[in-house]
Amino acid sequence: MSATMTASGGVPGAAKNISASEALGRRRHRLNTIVRTLCVIATGLGLLFLASILFTLIYRGIGGLSLVVLTTSTLPPGSHGGLLNAIVGSVIQTFLGTLIGTPIGLMVGTYLSEYAQHSKLGDAIRFVSDVLLSAPSILIGLFIFALLVAPFGGFTGIAGCAALAVIVIPIVVRTTEDMLGLIPVALREAAVALGAPKWKAIVQVCYPAARQGIVTGILLAVARVAGETAPLLFTSLGNLNWSLSLGKPMASLPVTIYQYAGSAFEDWVQLAWVGALLITFGVLAINIAARFVLRGGK
Amino acid sequence: MSQAITKRPSNRGDAIFAGLARLSGLLVLVLMGGIIVVLFLGGLPAFKQFGAGFLISDDWDPVQNSFGALVPVFGTIVTAVLALIMAVPLAFGIAFYLTELAPLWFRRPVGTAIELLAAVPSIIYGMWGFFVIVPIMAEYVQPFVIDSVGELPWIGAFFQGPPFGTGILTAAMVLAVMIIPFIAATMRDVFDTVPLVFKESAYGLGCTTWEVMRSIVIPYTRVSVVGGIILGLGRALGETMAVTFVIGNTNRIATTIFGPGNTIASLVALEFPESETGSLKLSSLLALGFLLFVISFIVLAISRMLLKPGAKA
Repeated sequence: MSATMTASGGVPGAAKNISASEALGRRRHRLNTIVRTLCVIATGLGLLFLASILFTLIYRGIGGLSLVVLTTSTLPPGSHGGLLNAIVGSVIQTFLGTLIGTPIGLMVGTYLSEYAQHSKLGDAIRFVSDVLLSAPSILIGLFIFALLVAPFGGFTGIAGCAALAVIVIPIVVRTTEDMLGLIPVALREAAVALGAPKWKAIVQVCYPAARQGIVTGILLAVARVAGETAPLLFTSLGNLNWSLSLGKPMASLPVTIYQYAGSAFEDWVQLAWVGALLITFGVLAINIAARFVLRGGK
Repeated sequence: MSQAITKRPSNRGDAIFAGLARLSGLLVLVLMGGIIVVLFLGGLPAFKQFGAGFLISDDWDPVQNSFGALVPVFGTIVTAVLALIMAVPLAFGIAFYLTELAPLWFRRPVGTAIELLAAVPSIIYGMWGFFVIVPIMAEYVQPFVIDSVGELPWIGAFFQGPPFGTGILTAAMVLAVMIIPFIAATMRDVFDTVPLVFKESAYGLGCTTWEVMRSIVIPYTRVSVVGGIILGLGRALGETMAVTFVIGNTNRIATTIFGPGNTIASLVALEFPESETGSLKLSSLLALGFLLFVISFIVLAISRMLLKPGAKA
């Protein structure tokens, strides 16, 4: 770098110098063009991957999509089953997991932002929460298995909800703390100056001000857990029959896709693609909605 | 009247709310501690039975009840590192394009599309890998590489084997696609933290875009960039469903990058349903889970230390 700078600033006049600096300039611009082209190619590849995934899902899934799939439960191969129990099971577990995880995550985020800040305990909780955010989800499945499945002697829907809740917590913690951190101190001071106790200042002033960010975090958490397979394998297991009981194994879309995609029956594989199409576009739609919510405030 | 004015609001609400918040915070610590303790206790029978031999044994034999962690640990690390080698240049290119090259109106849609890549569920990557990437690998990439690079002396040995399409390299490729958005997003965010004045000064001196990147942006963001890369590594280590579909699931140390193998996560996902409660096999799987947790924890801790605000340069 420093070499190129001094060379390009060489004394003008001497013909030799000019041609040398011109060659150098050409070389620098050629290198620049090469790197820029490579970057465009890299971005193109990234977009190509997404396009390929979406195209594959539509190409293989759309043909099997019908009302029957959405209104019939899973049946043995060859008998025109659907995915109703898997869809309902996924909705129940995602909803309950989010319902359990969100308040806890919200309170942890509040604690980190409003109470602990940079105390030792606060730093420890922040660190642990960030590690949990990226921890392998299959280990959370093993953890809940050892805690809620093995001691009670059976796979249950509620264990699946618990596993998903553990995944929800750190996501909500992260967005809540970040969003509360953006709120000006003056707003809190104004609330306290009016005589509001601290908790009221948080609940009635800070939460509404950070609402969009917090909702975004919850939506992202829903999108994340709706597609989780590994933690459900060992907790709610999956269920090929219609069941709404949280005390029994419960079907879910990702686990059904996993079971069907690897099967030898053509109609099951077809159903797996339909399920994959539904879950992916559902998850991506929630993701885009989350961005939309966040942008609405700016 | 005067009494009403001087009456201070009760502290009880504050105490309850603060207590709840603190309790929730402690719950997160308990969760983490719980995961470590539960996995360790679950794996204890296996650790006791095999001792340190568990780490260096390449056995996975349910009939003889002899289990070792060497193959899955090897597979986990090799696939993750290979994925990183493929993902980092692409992620860097994307981040560079999004921060310096792309027209302003184009940045948000492209950035969003790349981020959506991170939102696609892992099982979908598994199916995509199995039905799209594996046939491409088996029909075009592997035969070509085996016939060309595979013939070379020394390094050729790593590029041989039957072209099944599945295997270590295919798993690493799918993993690479999965971690690109994480690394690219981190790089983009830290590239954006470089003060505009620095870049403008360099452009003012006549630097090309690439020279500004190499001499100003990268040195300024070096530590965070490495943190982002290690975050991607942490993600790749624990990925389960995508890998299970494409790695070939064989408990043997692969001697070529096309050979089949397994990872801790894929082995646990596959073998778990066939393990009885209280069996040595289940305990070995939990012990593997404990190992994976320790590896991920260390990697994620390093990543977080590097990414912490103020850890620059």
